[in-house]
Amino acid sequence: MWVRAVAERPIAIEVEDLHKSFRMPSHRVSTIKERAVHPFTPIEYTTLYALRGISFRIAKGEFMGIAGRNGSGKTTLLKLLASIYRADRGRLRVAGALAPLIELGVGFNNNLTARENVLLNGVMMGLTPREARRRFDTIIEFAELEEFVEMQLKNYSSGMSVRLAFSVMAQSDADVLMVDEVLAVGDASFAQKCTDTFLRLHKEGRTIILVTHVMENLRSLCDHAILIEDGVIELDGDPADVANRYLEINFADRRPGPTPSASADGAGGVVGRIAEVWLENSEGERSLGFQHGSPIRVVAVIEAKQAIERPGFGFEIRSSSDVPVFAAPSQELTDSLEPGDRVTFRATVANPLQPGSYVISCGLAQTGGKPIHWRPRVTELVVWGRPQSGVVKLDWTWELERQPRTSAVESARE
Amino acid sequence: MTPAAQPAALQDVRGPSALGGGTGRFFTLTWLLSVTEFKLNYFGTVFGYLWSLIRPLALFAVLYTVFTRVVRFGGEFEHYAQLLLLNLTLYSLFSEATTRAVRSVVTSENIVRKMQFPRLVIPLSIVTTGLLNLGLNLIMVLVFFTATGVGPKATWLALPLIVAVLVALTTGVSLLLSALFVRFRDVFQIWSLVVLVLFYGSPVLYPVEVIPDGMRFVFFVNPFVPLLEESRRLVVDPTAPSVVDAAGSVFGIIGPAMVVLTVCAVGLWTFVRAAPRVAEEL
Repeated sequence: MWVRAVAERPIAIEVEDLHKSFRMPSHRVSTIKERAVHPFTPIEYTTLYALRGISFRIAKGEFMGIAGRNGSGKTTLLKLLASIYRADRGRLRVAGALAPLIELGVGFNNNLTARENVLLNGVMMGLTPREARRRFDTIIEFAELEEFVEMQLKNYSSGMSVRLAFSVMAQSDADVLMVDEVLAVGDASFAQKCTDTFLRLHKEGRTIILVTHVMENLRSLCDHAILIEDGVIELDGDPADVANRYLEINFADRRPGPTPSASADGAGGVVGRIAEVWLENSEGERSLGFQHGSPIRVVAVIEAKQAIERPGFGFEIRSSSDVPVFAAPSQELTDSLEPGDRVTFRATVANPLQPGSYVISCGLAQTGGKPIHWRPRVTELVVWGRPQSGVVKLDWTWELERQPRTSAVESARE
Repeated sequence: MTPAAQPAALQDVRGPSALGGGTGRFFTLTWLLSVTEFKLNYFGTVFGYLWSLIRPLALFAVLYTVFTRVVRFGGEFEHYAQLLLLNLTLYSLFSEATTRAVRSVVTSENIVRKMQFPRLVIPLSIVTTGLLNLGLNLIMVLVFFTATGVGPKATWLALPLIVAVLVALTTGVSLLLSALFVRFRDVFQIWSLVVLVLFYGSPVLYPVEVIPDGMRFVFFVNPFVPLLEESRRLVVDPTAPSVVDAAGSVFGIIGPAMVVLTVCAVGLWTFVRAAPRVAEEL
């Protein structure tokens, strides 16, 4: 769908083969003395390649989303677009005026009142002072801060100053607006107001670039999205695809690190221990991230130090807020273990879990339930997908059956 | 859509620069930032703006007492008090603005790293703040002169010319230092020393007549010699020797003028060169 839109509309931003690297001195020489004392020591630099050949186009009036993990180069890209950094190589062309700020509230001074800050910020956004003064009431009204106009910004709550900053931005005349992760600010009603504002600006034909980690916003607001990973464009296209790919690379390839409680509980009892626990996906690869609906395999390696007759193994899934979601009852293993035996236990669990993060705890017990080794929070589990409310997403169906009207009609006649 | 709303043509984005980004916005920003700075300087103090007057006045009182009562040096010169006050007022623009400008680009890190704007705005707004201060102080000083019978004179109207050269020099130095400071943090310490040396190396505390023969080179290099001497002739004492007479050569004007021009050119060149990368190097 977006491909057609790009073909029809004029281009607002065109980026070709953009490169940007930063030289970081490994040993910072920032005083003349150091330079004078070691004149022949070459300054060693580590070069960080933030963007490595990025090309894309944004059509005029498009709502463009940029996703990418921390450190992938999103902010560098915005700073290049906004003329804050200079590109090493490549071409960057923009049609029309571009908003100069990449973050809300840049240039706010805590010692000034809201009125003075709005004026200053308006001018920074490219308004004339007269125009900024004229729009002042609209800005304050939008931010719902009428009572606090003469208050110094340092006495504002963080939510209030973000509201003020967003309101100034919403009054910008720029053809292209860039916003870095702003929809998460303020209370729910203000967040909705922000969303509405974006949609209004979008309708007016402005080009909007939204950098976000919230894939829901990407899906619902954007017409077009790109995913940046490691300085290159991983995917350019439909926001839904980009969102899915983002979640995939974010979670699916997270390799389990050292289990958090290994040192505390890894030793186990004298009888035996749970040596290792990890999660696998349905292909048998180790993973911590699972798409909602795809089964999770819990794998545990159990070691016996003494003979254990028919040991039992169980595990528990808790949400990140420590709500028990599911406890698998201790399962008696069919074999008895001799000293030195190692067995691998695999359990496959259906995954109706809501997207979010969970922790898994495991326990090993003797017949009759006497515990041998309990490993709390042994591994993390991340489920990704489209979140809804509730703890689990259950499959459900519905139907509607109309009742005959007779009784109601008769009672009305009486 | 009306036919007037033609889509704008694609234009290359060339990255940050010292100037650039619209002249209107450039001047408005410079002005607004310097007014803000001016307001904030005295914000929360009881005496407010008066502080910018009290500071040079207190310095003046100390120096005047020392040089007329203790060292008994100034007493020989006519209108020594007025000369000292005028010199201190003019020199403080230079010393205060440059000292503050050194670190200005670094202390504005927040906006430099997150906003596109002509980088020149930062040091220029500091010089403008200094100019606002100087303007108010000069009015007070001239009122004081009138009260003590040293004026008013028609030649006072030429004072803005002196101030213009002084501002040019201050701006050139500010640009140079603020650009250098991003890379070399020693510049701040070095500069506070230079300002001190220059204070005694310029005819602030003394008139040019007392400069000994062994120190005559200052006539040809120090822009403060002609600046302060000419302002003395314009404002305080028209009978004082002109710089050309005092230096004994026309190079008493040409030398310092070259210094001012060089400082401005080097300052501007350094700043313009540093501006595109300044956001990455902070």
